[in-house]
Amino acid sequence: MDLTKLTIAELQEQLRKRAVTAREIAEAHLKRIDERDPQVKAFLRLSPERALEQAAAIDRMVEKKQPLPPLAGVPMAIKDVIATRDVPTTAGSRILEKYRPPYDATAVARLEQAGAVILGKTNCDEFAMGSSTENSSYFPTRNPHDLERVPGGSSGGSAAAVADALAVASLGSDTGGSIRQPASFCGVVGVMGTYGRVSRYGLIAFASSLDHVGPFARTVRDAAAVLQVVAGRDSNDSTSADVPVPDYAAELEKPVKGMKVGVPKEYFGAGLDAEVRAQVEKGIERLRELGCELREVSLPHTDYAIACYYIIATAEASSNLARYDGVRYAFRAPGADSLEAMYHTTRGAGFGAEVKRRIMLGTYVLSAGYYEAYYLKAQKVRTLLYQDFVRAFEQVDALVTPTAPTPAFKLGEKTNDPLQMYLADIYTVTGSLAGVPGISVPCGKSKAGLPIGLQLFAKHFDEARLLRLAHAFEQSGGFDL
Amino acid sequence: MKITRKDVEHVAALAHLELREEEREHMRQQLDDILTYVDKLNQVDTSQVEPMAQVLAPSRADAALRDDAVGPCLPRQQALAAAPDADETFMKVPKVIER
Repeated sequence: MDLTKLTIAELQEQLRKRAVTAREIAEAHLKRIDERDPQVKAFLRLSPERALEQAAAIDRMVEKKQPLPPLAGVPMAIKDVIATRDVPTTAGSRILEKYRPPYDATAVARLEQAGAVILGKTNCDEFAMGSSTENSSYFPTRNPHDLERVPGGSSGGSAAAVADALAVASLGSDTGGSIRQPASFCGVVGVMGTYGRVSRYGLIAFASSLDHVGPFARTVRDAAAVLQVVAGRDSNDSTSADVPVPDYAAELEKPVKGMKVGVPKEYFGAGLDAEVRAQVEKGIERLRELGCELREVSLPHTDYAIACYYIIATAEASSNLARYDGVRYAFRAPGADSLEAMYHTTRGAGFGAEVKRRIMLGTYVLSAGYYEAYYLKAQKVRTLLYQDFVRAFEQVDALVTPTAPTPAFKLGEKTNDPLQMYLADIYTVTGSLAGVPGISVPCGKSKAGLPIGLQLFAKHFDEARLLRLAHAFEQSGGFDL
Repeated sequence: MKITRKDVEHVAALAHLELREEEREHMRQQLDDILTYVDKLNQVDTSQVEPMAQVLAPSRADAALRDDAVGPCLPRQQALAAAPDADETFMKVPKVIER
């Protein structure tokens, strides 16, 4: 039995009947990482001691016949923008190269309390700014389906790790598509919950009004199991929502027949790759065959979403990243003789090109004389984008769209043209700005064998229906690792 | 041209960001491209629209507040551990006040 190809439920069944130990499961994954990660490069750092210690604790519970927690023995990977106590957490940036957080993010603490085994930290675009993981200050990650192509981003390492069976599930972060787009490129499931559904305590902040923590997994059921554990109010994050978390596993079993699903026409215009269009349209047919009621809807401000997003996200980033000043977080450029000079040289040497570009853009749109023309204008357009979703959800229960306009592109293809890279997020940023939950689920492959993802959105805090629909869709098409 | 070399230098100073000479022109061009693209927002009439800072869950007005009680916090040594220069009590920085 290959221990790296099992679902969470299958792993737990094996543990419960004592066919394998948690240690054997963890070791099988560490061995596979050892063999395959030199090519894929999903991980920035492994934490084998911590993993094996947790596995041993699970094995003791099995021995004592104690009830097992919901993620007992499940090997997981954590995006490197999420704090892990004493394990270096760099956000893919040189400026945090030596930083070891003194605490765990709430999501990480909840996973470990639920029995998950944390294998290590995954690569990402620096401070989660990018759509290909090529902006990592360390090295690019490769798409397991074609090593010449990107895994998407910014959570490319977390998506690639799950796609290549280096971990059963992982955590990523999504600000404008950074979970859903790499899930689509790597052929796995990626979930962004409603804004506030999952605590961001310990998530290194990029754009606070848009940042989310969420799971990757190979099946919707597994993604739901991880979301179940990390969702819910956290007193350490004042933006985390005090809204009850339903039993997602139970919700998956409910029927989807009669569910009203909207197809927003703006997501199928120019710029959508023909093969992606064909697969997503086939996917929509499958939803119809499942008994869903499909209808065309309009989200009229969609075309303004990228412009709106890149003003708001960079403005917030310029403020959030002010804290990397050479005083608190491990890196200080040597030789400065004044405080001011130390700030300038530390930030100039510590940040990479895309992060500098976004800090500059964000500072510009917030600066005197430009605030109203750019930042305030973008906040008003955000209201209109939000209202687009609210109106659509008066008519339908869910929306179906492509996740990304193309399958995975080649390394280097877009690195010289930031604007082209930004447009890779064209179908995902809308939901981020509106704060609705979204999921990318595999819906087919291109002729070249590259995965294509289908995106679903649901109403605020209606993850149950989102997961139910995605699960039914996945079951109708088969599960192909 | 929406943004000049002088604008780039001014914004870099505001952002406390040192840019190498060869970075500046490249930055100017790329910011210019992006600012030209985002100009499309001016096609939207927002005269009757309120700005939106954040999507927040409907909840009790005081949901974000907690009791004003002392709880556990990071020990000083741990809080200082990541600082590039610190003694037992403070983080150290280059001289701030000129005599």
